[in-house]
Amino acid sequence: MSIQASTAPPAVELRGIWKRFPGVIANHDVNLVVGRGTIHAIVGENGSGKSTLMNTLYGMHRPDEGTITVDGTIRTFKSPTEAIAVGIGMVHQHFMLADNLTVLENIILGAEPTQGWRLDQDAARATIAELGETYGITIDVDQLTEELGVGERQRVEILKVLYRGAKILILDEPTAVLVPQEVEELFGNLRRLVDDGVTIIFIDHKLDEVLQISDDITVIRAGTTVATVKPADVDRRILGELMVGSELPTPDTESSTVTAQLELVVKNCSAVSAGRTILDDVSLSIHRGEILGVAGIEGNGQLELVEAILGLQAISGGVIELGGVDLTSLSVRERRHAGIGYIPFDRQRDGLLLAAPLWENMVLGYDDTDRYISGPWVSVQKARSVTDAAIERFGVKTPGNSVPAFALSGGNQQKLIFAREMVAEPKLLIAAHPTRGVDIGAQAAIWDELREARKAGLAVLLISADLDELIGLSDSLLVMFRGKITAALDPAEATPEQLGMFMTGEGQEVK
Amino acid sequence: MGQLKDRIHPAQLGLSLGAPLAALAIAAVISSILLLVTGYAPATVLSTLGGRLGETNTLYDSLNRAIPLYLSATAVAIGFKMNLFNIGVEGQYKVGALAAALAGAYTNLPAPLHILLCLVAAMVAGGLWATVPAVLKVKRGINEVVSTIMLNFIAISLVAWLYTGVFKDSAKGDLNTKTKIMPKSAWMPDLLTSGSHMVNSFIIIAGAVGVGFYLLVWKSRFGFQLRASGQNAFAARTSGVDPKRMIVAAMVLSGALGGLVGLPELLGDKHAYTDTFSVGLGFDGIAVALLGRKHPLGMALAAVVWGFLDAAGRFLDLEGIPREIVTIMQGVIVLAVVIVYQVAEQISERRVAAAAAERLEIVAAAA
Repeated sequence: MSIQASTAPPAVELRGIWKRFPGVIANHDVNLVVGRGTIHAIVGENGSGKSTLMNTLYGMHRPDEGTITVDGTIRTFKSPTEAIAVGIGMVHQHFMLADNLTVLENIILGAEPTQGWRLDQDAARATIAELGETYGITIDVDQLTEELGVGERQRVEILKVLYRGAKILILDEPTAVLVPQEVEELFGNLRRLVDDGVTIIFIDHKLDEVLQISDDITVIRAGTTVATVKPADVDRRILGELMVGSELPTPDTESSTVTAQLELVVKNCSAVSAGRTILDDVSLSIHRGEILGVAGIEGNGQLELVEAILGLQAISGGVIELGGVDLTSLSVRERRHAGIGYIPFDRQRDGLLLAAPLWENMVLGYDDTDRYISGPWVSVQKARSVTDAAIERFGVKTPGNSVPAFALSGGNQQKLIFAREMVAEPKLLIAAHPTRGVDIGAQAAIWDELREARKAGLAVLLISADLDELIGLSDSLLVMFRGKITAALDPAEATPEQLGMFMTGEGQEVK
Repeated sequence: MGQLKDRIHPAQLGLSLGAPLAALAIAAVISSILLLVTGYAPATVLSTLGGRLGETNTLYDSLNRAIPLYLSATAVAIGFKMNLFNIGVEGQYKVGALAAALAGAYTNLPAPLHILLCLVAAMVAGGLWATVPAVLKVKRGINEVVSTIMLNFIAISLVAWLYTGVFKDSAKGDLNTKTKIMPKSAWMPDLLTSGSHMVNSFIIIAGAVGVGFYLLVWKSRFGFQLRASGQNAFAARTSGVDPKRMIVAAMVLSGALGGLVGLPELLGDKHAYTDTFSVGLGFDGIAVALLGRKHPLGMALAAVVWGFLDAAGRFLDLEGIPREIVTIMQGVIVLAVVIVYQVAEQISERRVAAAAAERLEIVAAAA
């Protein structure tokens, strides 16, 4: 392969790429050489400019400066269609499949083979079978997509890209949604692809995985490429420091602060939606000063559990108590007043008024607390001063309290939501993916605040897809599968692999 | 922080003022083309309308016409703030006006109380009428656009049946069908008069409604929840605002304000519900609310502009130009306004995001 690499032009070469967005330099002076038939990892923390760079390569936007060379030819892409035409394909982090179509229909969607005016299903079937044969990706193409698991959906996405003739695959954080076992399977598929001459650009920030799978690693920090290394020459620590520019924060909590006092008690909760059991006899309890982590693949009842506690989801049976008070008959607002803070799963959809100024976003959900009101009026003055203090304390990067929330970066939006909930001094904080999509600095800050609040007696229900975060922060761990709690583990002993097993429903261990 | 506000402000102000002007200009161009195509001289229309600009009589007519338009617009705007499209103001104001006409005619109270009774009767009737689509939406998920349109038909027929039958009380020889004339204590005097042209004192109540609208929507806790629900129903629900309660509250409020729309004419002019009562004020209110950007001051300006076009349009007949051309112009204006505002909003969003990011870069560089 090394001989080939020296004679043939690299699959992709980016030189001096600059990309500015209004006021933000997302990429500057980026240089990247990806050899044909290699797995090249791009690592960098959230917000470092990885995605911008890949969107540039995929033709989603054009760079302000710099050249893109594919197989020795300089290219400018006006749209992804043009990138696809020269063999570049992208698998996005969020799958873009239509649930109500079959696998076959999803794969050919937008590139349907036709015979005259008729859709030629047989030709499509043959092509997909051939691709599967060549690359060792097998899947039943007649299944409905909604019946597929996450790993299978990802294979469909990859097949979809290969079907369009891609020879250079960009995978955007492909392991983020997978459990460890599925990651192994994916890596097997990727190696097979590379053996058959496909080039893979692999975006990630999980360093162990990157070291395991890639031939080359390029590190991006603050919008620019800082180093390209071979995995044999570095270890996790060196890579982490290259990525952040300093030492990596860890989610680990020191000594236990768990008290004997129960804060949240959920007893035998069940819920049904559209004839389907979404919560199945769930019981759990969180003490003051305890962080309870809930692991599970998205869609296995975590959201429903949280919404049941908040009163957004009606329960068909069971009891929910906070600090000894029965919440079951209380409204959402009354429950929040009783001391529940909430960092939602989808911050933009459920947590923010994007067009409203930051101070109004701080008031959201707390428009009846003295902090923000005088009489029947919302006090702009009070709200602004609380917001300013929160911006300061939680390090929200913003020019002021009057800018609309959409003007903030994702990480800063998350910090604002976190600030809003913490300022209210809740007894229970429900934190769903509290550090998803935030940069390392913000992640460390949020972890610090969580640890501090825990020490002060806060009970935390932590939902996260980041297993290291879950294991590191939690005092106790539960696994949810199909609306049920299927395992209770001690985070001191649990491993990501073990969690992964329970998350896919391969084991049950309820105490 | 203050700097940023200062920096964004003039540009924002420019957009807020520029957008309606641009919309009016675009509307003028399109209307001119329409006039040319139909064989009328745009210049004649413009000079006929423009010639009325400085006239006291036309000004009074415009203002008087603006009063119900403004009330109607605020009614529609309350719904808009909650993403509810209340097309039922047309029906709500007829129901409200009839209720006030009856309540006023069959009671006898000292003047201020008598007027107050009429106002309350109109608001209660309008509010109750609007409760129907609200409950249908909350309980059965029926779109309020459909239900309010349907209820308009029912309201118009019901009111017609009541005032031409059950409550008909026309004097002998009176060609107009009407309900019983209200006692003088329920009449509202004219504030300004010039010959047969006048501005009714109801303009003061309209002004109060505008101030109340501003305080309620922009300053109160209720308004905060209303705007939050309208902007992002998911986030509002998650924050503990009951969306069903907000739908009912917004719709009933909208209907209550809608109930007032017919009262300037009832209390200030006709003093009974008659078959000469104005029609279409509820629909015009939608246009005025859009033109005024659902802002209390903007809607006031829009109502006067609309009132002026209505008042000055009559003079087109004298030039042999059908006055319906004004209705077409009004329609074109609303379309132009909706499109221009959409564009202006996008420009403004981009500008704000850029200004914020630019400012952050400076902060980052300084750090």
